[in-house]
Amino acid sequence: MSGIRKVFLSDRYVNQIVPKNGFTTLLTFFTSASMAFLIVFSVALSSAADRLAQNWSDSLKNSATLRVSAPSIDLEAQTEAALSVLSTTRGIASFRVLKPEEQQALLEPWFGPKVPIKNLPMPRLISIEEDENGYDRVGLRLRLAAEVPAAVLDDHTRWREPLIKAADRIWFLGWFSIGLIVLIVVAMMTLVTRAALSSNKKIIEVLRLVGATDQYIASAFVRKLANQAFFGSLLGSSLASLTLFLLPSESDQAAILTGLRLEGMEWIWLGIVPLSFSFLTFLTTRISSLSILRTLT
Amino acid sequence: MKSAAYSYGDELLSELNISISQGSFYFLTGPSGSGKTTFLKMCYGSLVPTSGALTIFGKESSDLTRDEMAYLRRKIGVVHQDCQFLDHLNVNDNIALPIMVSGQNSLSDNVNLKELLNWVGLSHRSKALPPELSGGERQRAALARAIIMSPDVILADEPTGNIDWEMSQRLIRLLIELNHMGKTIVIATHDLNLIRFTKASVQARVLRISNKRVQLAGSDL
Repeated sequence: MSGIRKVFLSDRYVNQIVPKNGFTTLLTFFTSASMAFLIVFSVALSSAADRLAQNWSDSLKNSATLRVSAPSIDLEAQTEAALSVLSTTRGIASFRVLKPEEQQALLEPWFGPKVPIKNLPMPRLISIEEDENGYDRVGLRLRLAAEVPAAVLDDHTRWREPLIKAADRIWFLGWFSIGLIVLIVVAMMTLVTRAALSSNKKIIEVLRLVGATDQYIASAFVRKLANQAFFGSLLGSSLASLTLFLLPSESDQAAILTGLRLEGMEWIWLGIVPLSFSFLTFLTTRISSLSILRTLT
Repeated sequence: MKSAAYSYGDELLSELNISISQGSFYFLTGPSGSGKTTFLKMCYGSLVPTSGALTIFGKESSDLTRDEMAYLRRKIGVVHQDCQFLDHLNVNDNIALPIMVSGQNSLSDNVNLKELLNWVGLSHRSKALPPELSGGERQRAALARAIIMSPDVILADEPTGNIDWEMSQRLIRLLIELNHMGKTIVIATHDLNLIRFTKASVQARVLRISNKRVQLAGSDL
């Protein structure tokens, strides 16, 4: 920390030593702004994917559906038998047979609103909510197979797992992108530092002539570039949050696209990104400038 | 220096055996390319002898770390022919540069910059940028920067190379005054008139670089 204090709080004259109008400071500003914009977007994407996975997981994980498919003559008897099995099964908090209009609502997206559901050989659907302990799925399936052969238990696993896996992959990709952006920033700042030192060889020569240490010379460049990185990334993250703010609000149809936003504590990223950029730039430029200065005689 | 030599591939200086004592006044002469600048660069630690030994203020130069060399350089004021200023800083800031880099925040605690500017006759040009100065003004500003830290030694590399005779005399008078204050002065020049002019006022010795070696010149100059 003393190194940072030295760089940012030492004498104010060090600010004047590197000229303001160098192309490297401009390059640092725009690189930081662009990369900060991308980072905030990647964070928003990861957070949206995380929320989506959580929602899907939460909304489906404690529920199941029992489907009773039998000829209409047996349907009532099989349904009663299934309800009887469920009522004696441990771990089930509640269950109920879906009403015809609820079943119609489920079919609406595929067949439209005027399906003559009463004339169709529709199965009976029983919605099951498990309690906090859960029920024995294998045991229930065996009992149903023995006592209600027309019933099929669907615990939504085959729907839920691929969706959660896909959302997890998007979450991982978001953070992987952030990692890549950080690497690009490090590479970019190393090149910028090299360019800044090369284009200011005369300044380095003069500073050495008057007794400047490598740390002092490095500080002059580090301070200039880290300041630019801070203000650039502040602009980039502010523009990114404005863009996120202006995106359409969430809807059920395309949650991953419309849920792209920051929520609650996630807004802290707007502060973290510029500060991290300054720190990353400070570290990168300091290490690379000291190593370059060692090679300059 | 003990058997010190410097080579840029081909040997430029060899068998340098010389000791410069505190408070002395030396001229270093020799034809262009003879190694005067290289000799001075070794004296302020910018170059380390490729063989032999060089001791600066009692410390062997090849043993010094980069930081130690930088601290040591603060005791040596250097005036270059091309002055070496930061063109985006004004005269005031350029002269104060050694104090800035030494980490002393306040100029007033160390030296009266106004007095120094007055002494070199540049008080009216303190806010000017280096490219706006004349050759003589630049040399005087370089001298002011070289002495602001009150160094023990002042090395000047062709300080009068780009200025007229009148201005050269003015500059050399300032250096003589500094020598009278006890500072060691080493001036690399091929201007014999300047040497004769100086010798009229101060006990100055002349070193001549010839055939890669430095020799004390006779009184024929």
